[in-house]
Amino acid sequence: MTAILRDLLRYHAEFRIGAALIAVVLLLSVLASFSPYPPQDVYVVPPDVPPSLTYWFGTTSRGQDVFWQLSFAIRNTLLFGCTVALISRLLALVVGLLSGYKGGWIDRALMSVNDTFIVIPLLPILVLFYFVMRDRMSWLSLALIMACLGWAYDARLIRAVAMSLKAREFTQSSLFSGMSTREILVQEHLPYVTPIVFSTTMNNMVWSIGLEVTLAVLGFTDINTPTIGGMIYWANQHTAMVAGVWWWIAFPTIAVIMIFIGLFLLAVSMNDYIDPRSRLRSFGGAS
Amino acid sequence: MSGYVAYVGRRLAQFVLVVFIGINLAYVITHATPIDPVEQSISAVTYYGNTAPDAIEQMRTSLRELYGLGGSPVEQYLAFWKRILRADFGPSLSAFPTPVSTLIGRALTWTAGLLAVSTIVAWGLGSLLGGLAGYYQNSRGLKLMGVIAMGLHPIPYYILALVLLIVFGFLWPVLPISGGSAMNLPQTLTFDFVTSVLQHAILPALSLILIGVGSWFLGMRALVSNVVTEDYVVYAELAGVRPWRVLSMYVMRNALPPQLTGLAISLGGIFNGAVITEKVFGYPGVGSLLVDAVYAGDYGLVLGVTTVSILGVSVGVLVIDLLYPLLDPRVKVH
Repeated sequence: MTAILRDLLRYHAEFRIGAALIAVVLLLSVLASFSPYPPQDVYVVPPDVPPSLTYWFGTTSRGQDVFWQLSFAIRNTLLFGCTVALISRLLALVVGLLSGYKGGWIDRALMSVNDTFIVIPLLPILVLFYFVMRDRMSWLSLALIMACLGWAYDARLIRAVAMSLKAREFTQSSLFSGMSTREILVQEHLPYVTPIVFSTTMNNMVWSIGLEVTLAVLGFTDINTPTIGGMIYWANQHTAMVAGVWWWIAFPTIAVIMIFIGLFLLAVSMNDYIDPRSRLRSFGGAS
Repeated sequence: MSGYVAYVGRRLAQFVLVVFIGINLAYVITHATPIDPVEQSISAVTYYGNTAPDAIEQMRTSLRELYGLGGSPVEQYLAFWKRILRADFGPSLSAFPTPVSTLIGRALTWTAGLLAVSTIVAWGLGSLLGGLAGYYQNSRGLKLMGVIAMGLHPIPYYILALVLLIVFGFLWPVLPISGGSAMNLPQTLTFDFVTSVLQHAILPALSLILIGVGSWFLGMRALVSNVVTEDYVVYAELAGVRPWRVLSMYVMRNALPPQLTGLAISLGGIFNGAVITEKVFGYPGVGSLLVDAVYAGDYGLVLGVTTVSILGVSVGVLVIDLLYPLLDPRVKVH
């Protein structure tokens, strides 16, 4: 693991930039614990103050310090992405490995459901969810719903690998040595798909954070929990752009772009690392 | 030929399954709600003004059926499907008494026009440039494009949409920033109306195309750079086949099928992209309709848009999938 990280840091410009961006974002999110104001309180500082030495990122029309507000927002947004990614990874792994290894009708049944989830338009469905849940739509329930909707594409990738693993000799020998399906999947096949799982985690986080921000900007989430999309929503509600309070929108937007580009670059560099052809190109034969 | 027929049959069955699961999902979600949606919706409408009592009663029955209330669970479920199959979502609450289907039909034209065109333009441009970039890997201009595409690709549509809005709305106001056409024009096929529609489409289309091109570019470049190392390409080059022919008939043609699947999925996904882009630019399409319906508490309209999206997506994917074997003969074999 450390060797992989060292290689990536040394040979891969994309990984370095991505890691740096994410490190900055993470640092900001950690700072939330030292905030002098509780995140939900309003009018704790004078409103509409432009960025200055006292208020680094300015203050909002609701009398919140943008810097501290943003730190909470980033923390919640990142946590949201991680929760969705974690749960949907589990689903994708189980479905992908099982369907690739078992084949037959299990495969056909699972893949039919899978294809359905790939093509169904998620935003209208999520909006419908919000519509029926209204104020009961909490941060966590949205994360759970998104996790249930976001595993399908990656399950397909994992299935493709599992199918090729199944044809390899070691699978046969472990089968004949009496290992159960669960043991073969967990002990033999899982290690081969772990790299894919890591790189799809990044993509999944980009996807889920993107959707969450979209929903929040429209006001279709629990807007009282500070998230980046929630900040943009409140800024729009107070017509921050027209009123000239540009820092209220600008800083969350910059944060979101940093998260997206950072995660995207990490995913790209991991994909490169997994693909032997491009690995040879960028790392040389040594690794 | 029989292989193709079997393929079509399988795809049609899958299409039906997708639509079935999707609409059932909508039904289950609706039933998971802890609040009484009918009375809430009704009170939302009557709050704004006086509505005739029999009109309210008509709304209540149509809503109860849509929600699937009243009768045994099986009857509820069947009543729900009966309405969906007749495309009858009742009258819209926010635009009473216009039927939901009329509203959706009107909005669909705008969405289909804007999104289908910009998705296809982005796909074509991105695939072409990506193909060139994968083939001529030393070209400096194409390398620069790669860097730009890399930076643009992960940015969400609406962020770019907001940026465009600020630039062309406040800093350099030359283009209309809101609506589908100028207010004062009748919606008939006159020269003025068409130019106005095109003008209004520029900014939303631009926000979709700019980002779309980036991701298609990256995808195609990766595909092509894998294909160019294949033996048959090297052989064709050595045998003196003209470079343009190698690029178009040997490289592009074999790299294109995965991109086509991507096109199918994103043509389907236009409803995802539509919602926020349309809302930002106030475009009178399905996305704006959905958002306004949620704000107004108009359940029939929300359900209608959701159903139409599911249907639209599945049809889009189906059409591309049916065309697919004509391009790639390997598909119909298995």
